Amino acid sequence: MLSEQSSSTKLGHSDNESTGAHKHGVGPPPLTDADLLEMYRTMVLSRTLDQRIWQMNRQGRAAIVASAQGHEAAQVGAIRALDPERDRFYIYYRELTTMLALGITPLELLLGFLAKEGEPLSGARQFPLHGAIDRDRRDIVSFSNVVATQLPQAVGVALADKMRGEQRVTVAYFGDGASSMGETHEAMNFASIHRLPIIFFCENNKYAISVPISQQMNIESIATRASAYGMPGIEVNGFDPVAVYEAVGAAANLALSGQGPTLVEAVVERFLPHTSDDDDTRYRPPEDLEGIRDLDPIPATEKILRASGTLDDALDEEIKSLAQKIVNQATEDAENAPFPEPQDFYEQVYAPGSPGDQS
Amino acid sequence: MAEMTVIEAVREALREEMVRDPVVFTMGEDIGARGGVFLATEGLLDQFGPERVIDTPLAEAAIGGIALGAAVNGMRPVAEIEFGDFIWPAVNQIIGEAARVRYGTQGRRTAPLVLRVPYGGGVRGGLFHSQSIEVAFSHQPGLKVVAPATPYDAKGLLKSAIRDDDPVIFFEHKRTYRLVKGDVPEGDYTIPIGKADVKRTGSDLTVVSYGLVLHYCLEAAATLAAEGIDVEVIDLRTLRPLDTDTVLESVRKTSKAMVVHEDTKAGGIGGEIAAVIAEEVFEDLDAPVKRVAGPEVPAMPFSPLLEAEFMPSAEKIAAEMRELAAY
Repeated sequence: MLSEQSSSTKLGHSDNESTGAHKHGVGPPPLTDADLLEMYRTMVLSRTLDQRIWQMNRQGRAAIVASAQGHEAAQVGAIRALDPERDRFYIYYRELTTMLALGITPLELLLGFLAKEGEPLSGARQFPLHGAIDRDRRDIVSFSNVVATQLPQAVGVALADKMRGEQRVTVAYFGDGASSMGETHEAMNFASIHRLPIIFFCENNKYAISVPISQQMNIESIATRASAYGMPGIEVNGFDPVAVYEAVGAAANLALSGQGPTLVEAVVERFLPHTSDDDDTRYRPPEDLEGIRDLDPIPATEKILRASGTLDDALDEEIKSLAQKIVNQATEDAENAPFPEPQDFYEQVYAPGSPGDQS
Repeated sequence: MAEMTVIEAVREALREEMVRDPVVFTMGEDIGARGGVFLATEGLLDQFGPERVIDTPLAEAAIGGIALGAAVNGMRPVAEIEFGDFIWPAVNQIIGEAARVRYGTQGRRTAPLVLRVPYGGGVRGGLFHSQSIEVAFSHQPGLKVVAPATPYDAKGLLKSAIRDDDPVIFFEHKRTYRLVKGDVPEGDYTIPIGKADVKRTGSDLTVVSYGLVLHYCLEAAATLAAEGIDVEVIDLRTLRPLDTDTVLESVRKTSKAMVVHEDTKAGGIGGEIAAVIAEEVFEDLDAPVKRVAGPEVPAMPFSPLLEAEFMPSAEKIAAEMRELAAY
């Protein structure tokens, strides 16, 4: 049933079959219908929450949002292939579905978008989705808004795990825009030299804010760059959660078996402007998205689940109304939460009690 | 006690810390078999192996970023930037990111990394092997910036930097590496970050300096002593956070202050010290605070007479001291 999905995976690395096939490594266990249903629930919740945040931005209640609409299948597929408790996630700013799939709650995320007290990554010092989750809960990190800085950092994280002999996968998330940064090259090169347990997970939505992919690079596939570093590169349809699961699962197996890094490129679409501050009508021709929404991975997954008899009208209605209910409750709770007071404003500049500490 | 050069003191500190703590490792360009271009890491590859002494590609952004990631994940990396002049690609990771890790995560992550940075001129390094770049880092809250001048301070401060829970930029003046010798105790000792050191006591004027030119200040102070002028010389040792208490205490005593650095004047450390003195002890002053600093040209030229024109010297400093003493 699900096997036809994986046909959209193709090896970017050396279309050289002789090395490509075995370098791709062992795939993850097949997904069950129940797994896919669970992924569908997360995608529905993510879309519902994302739409709410966008709406709240338009109402002047959320200062800024970078929507994940169009990225949901790629993000939920990747996390399904990883271990949220074992692995380390160096995300970037468009990872709403990733956060939900890792167990961060809609309320916690909304506290971030509204810059409210209790925001779990930075205490609302930073933009939404920036900072770090408590390490004993999840190793999710996103230090800054500067693109590609997380790639060498994630390589250092994986290096530390390798030095200590810890069996973990580090995932560095980035977009097509960040793939142009020099740090991306430096990070991939070093990771491959040292065969580090890391996955470079590129969500290629074909726009760096307004600049289309054709003006970012003169190649068809970002994954093909992997061959220049001596590592496997896999291009996968990011609208297909199962294909992404399989690609990331294979990459995780390589990482855990000491065979080093993989570049996975999930080709997605950005359904909305870069952020709520952007106006994509200034640069994106309307025909660009024509037909694309027909491929929206959420209804597509719904269709697959219905065809397999996993989902019917009643269950679908239940899933969607539950998502609405959760998001409505989280919205109310987040709106009622206070803004943080500046009482800890001078804390965490330096270690407590160390020279320069002002707390 | 053994007499050592600055470079030997740096190497000893690094070696002892790597023995003491298995999470300490070092990385950088040419630091393995080559032992570093200044031999700061000579012998470490043989002693600790390639997993803890990592020769990197020529990629400073990666050096900064990978050190940062490793530090966030429980290690204590000591990364060498081959020459301070080459540090700019790493600035994105160090000033941009490492300085903000603790604050930007509300303390959920920290970045206990050390960046060792050979800097400064007087070595016929020309525009791109002579720069004084310390002020760019000293401006940034979240970083600690250390710049020792003697072997004793270099060893004790490098140990403190490695044990510190915040990112520390450790500036080593290249000309001091083999020029400056001094007694260094055997074994373990540390010198606290954030504490200046009175290198010479005096009552007539206070001179605040660091790095190579601190030694020129001491030479000038010896010259002036023969002329009956008693100069107190303070070695800042740490550029962030500044030990303003030691500076202010001295200025209250002498009522005259001068700051000397090799770096150019405008926007430099000297301006910050002068401002703190003006804010805190204005009424104790008998003269305007004087700044002796590098000239306002983009960098130190290569040819010897041109280089000498840039560098502060004991003679130049002594002349400025006489002028201030006579005010």
